[in-house]
Amino acid sequence: MTATVTTDSLTEKSDRVTSRGNGGARRRLPRIPDRIRQGGLPYLLLLPAVLLELLVHVIPMVIGIVMSFRQFTQFYINNWGGAPWSGFDNYKIAVDVNAPIGEALLHSFFVTCVFTFFAVGLAWLFGVAAAIMLQENFRGRGILRAIFLVPYALPVYAAVITWAFMFQRDNGLINHVLHDQLGLTDQPSFWLIGDNSIYALIIVSVWKGWPFAFLIVMAGLQNIPRELYEAASIDGAGIWQQIRKITLPSLRPVNQVLVLVLFLWTFNDFNTPYVLFGKAAPENADLISIHIYQSSFVTWNFGTGSAMSVLLLLFLLVVTAVYLLITSRGRKGADA
Amino acid sequence: MAAPQSFLWARRFVLAFLTAFALLPVYVMVSSSLKPLQDVSGKFHWIPSGLTVKPYFDIWDTVPLARYFVNSLIVAGAATVLSVIIAVFSAYAVSRYKFRGKRVFTVTVLSTQMFPGILFLLPLFLIFVNIGNSTGVALYGSRGGLILTYLTFSLPFSIWMLIGYFDSIPRDLDEAALVDGCGPIRALFKVVVPAAVPGIVAVAVYAFMTAWGEVLFASVMTNDTTRTLAVGLQGYATQNDVYWNQVMAASLVVSVPIVAGFLLLQRYLVAGLTAGAVK
Repeated sequence: MTATVTTDSLTEKSDRVTSRGNGGARRRLPRIPDRIRQGGLPYLLLLPAVLLELLVHVIPMVIGIVMSFRQFTQFYINNWGGAPWSGFDNYKIAVDVNAPIGEALLHSFFVTCVFTFFAVGLAWLFGVAAAIMLQENFRGRGILRAIFLVPYALPVYAAVITWAFMFQRDNGLINHVLHDQLGLTDQPSFWLIGDNSIYALIIVSVWKGWPFAFLIVMAGLQNIPRELYEAASIDGAGIWQQIRKITLPSLRPVNQVLVLVLFLWTFNDFNTPYVLFGKAAPENADLISIHIYQSSFVTWNFGTGSAMSVLLLLFLLVVTAVYLLITSRGRKGADA
Repeated sequence: MAAPQSFLWARRFVLAFLTAFALLPVYVMVSSSLKPLQDVSGKFHWIPSGLTVKPYFDIWDTVPLARYFVNSLIVAGAATVLSVIIAVFSAYAVSRYKFRGKRVFTVTVLSTQMFPGILFLLPLFLIFVNIGNSTGVALYGSRGGLILTYLTFSLPFSIWMLIGYFDSIPRDLDEAALVDGCGPIRALFKVVVPAAVPGIVAVAVYAFMTAWGEVLFASVMTNDTTRTLAVGLQGYATQNDVYWNQVMAASLVVSVPIVAGFLLLQRYLVAGLTAGAVK
């Protein structure tokens, strides 16, 4: 076993050499398929991951899709095969914007888009700014780096409960500062119910999300060769120019992945609104994940909930595909 | 290189703003946890009117915090260990071998990242209930079910990151071990794993934090005895009379170990991300 794997990689190397046109003698050696030489080892190594992904992600997703075509209510929890087929009824209910359920879903979708746009944009901006400002070494850099990672390290529920306390109308810090200390509002405002709740949600989400952007960008910055800056410096480029001409363009591939990941996490985020508002979010901050949870587990309408989930997944798939297409085209353009 | 004044001022401003933003809730958490109840029930004050450590004793009686703590430790710890081991094996296979289905595997695993949790929460709940009904293996409401679920949450990112990390370790190293007569698995543990410690620590930190902070599945998949901190902590906040000082004290208690551990290991996380995920 051992020996075969070694020769495998040796022949692999020589194959690469011969294909470049150096001495074709080796080519005549009979090629054994890689699969046979290494045995089933790679498959064996992947087995646990594959089984678990199947059990926890793939199979449930398939069941979810099947359920979205059935009239699935709490009566069928112990007998899921018994739920009658209903074709596209659940989807019709979900997208019928003239009926209450469809209208609420559309509203929730809209709220989620606005929320995601601001939450991702600000988290990305803060993260990039922080990472660039900490790129050079100076006194206190290590401490600041640790401080900036604190929101990332704090467990979501502990941090968001604290924000919920800060946003309390009568005994919270936010109103104390805005109303009592700065006098900006006539009356203490409500933050966790009513129109302001979307602002509260965005602020908490940005607070929680930017350290991740900081972390990723900080790691990305370490891959930029120092010589680039030195060369630019010799050519007389100031620090602002270096940031614009070297740092930001070099970060482009990192940023593309980062923005996509932030988008998916923020769009799907359940934890923040759930801890901030509880099981039912205010209308103005009714994120889609909470909305589906509410439709499935509170009103027990699993079929419609599943249809909503599938629609959400389709939307995310399309957005991701379009995004990947645009960014890969952009990268090709940059290379040319 | 001497930075111009404009940069220095911009840096001071940005860093001061972000420091204040990052630490504001921490200040509220710490100061409010030391206030007597009448102080947190009234208007907020930056400076506590009187200091007390009573909330730190009361939190254990108001809700069974110790039990939740143990549950969270068991669930997050087990999910982390299993997830790291499985990710190491998978990443080794992908990084070192050519085989049919390699691309399908990596693409499928990565794309599970984008599934909204809510999409498979309900079916998974049904699977667990029905496995329980037909085989008697209680997954629903058990720690085992939650461990199984959580370990797959961090798995895609862990595999992805470790592939990058293993790729950055020269193949000559483990090939030399293979020539010396090690089997592939021994070569993995004797050569590749020790060389990849920063990446593995980074992945472990990520897995632990993912499991420690998860709320959605914890709230649906647990019962009174298996409840984790994620759900348990809401016990203070949803009662008619909210003991905010106790909520803050409990939040601090559950945060300190994980924040301390994270800050100790954060260098590994950056090193792991640099070599693995961000390339």
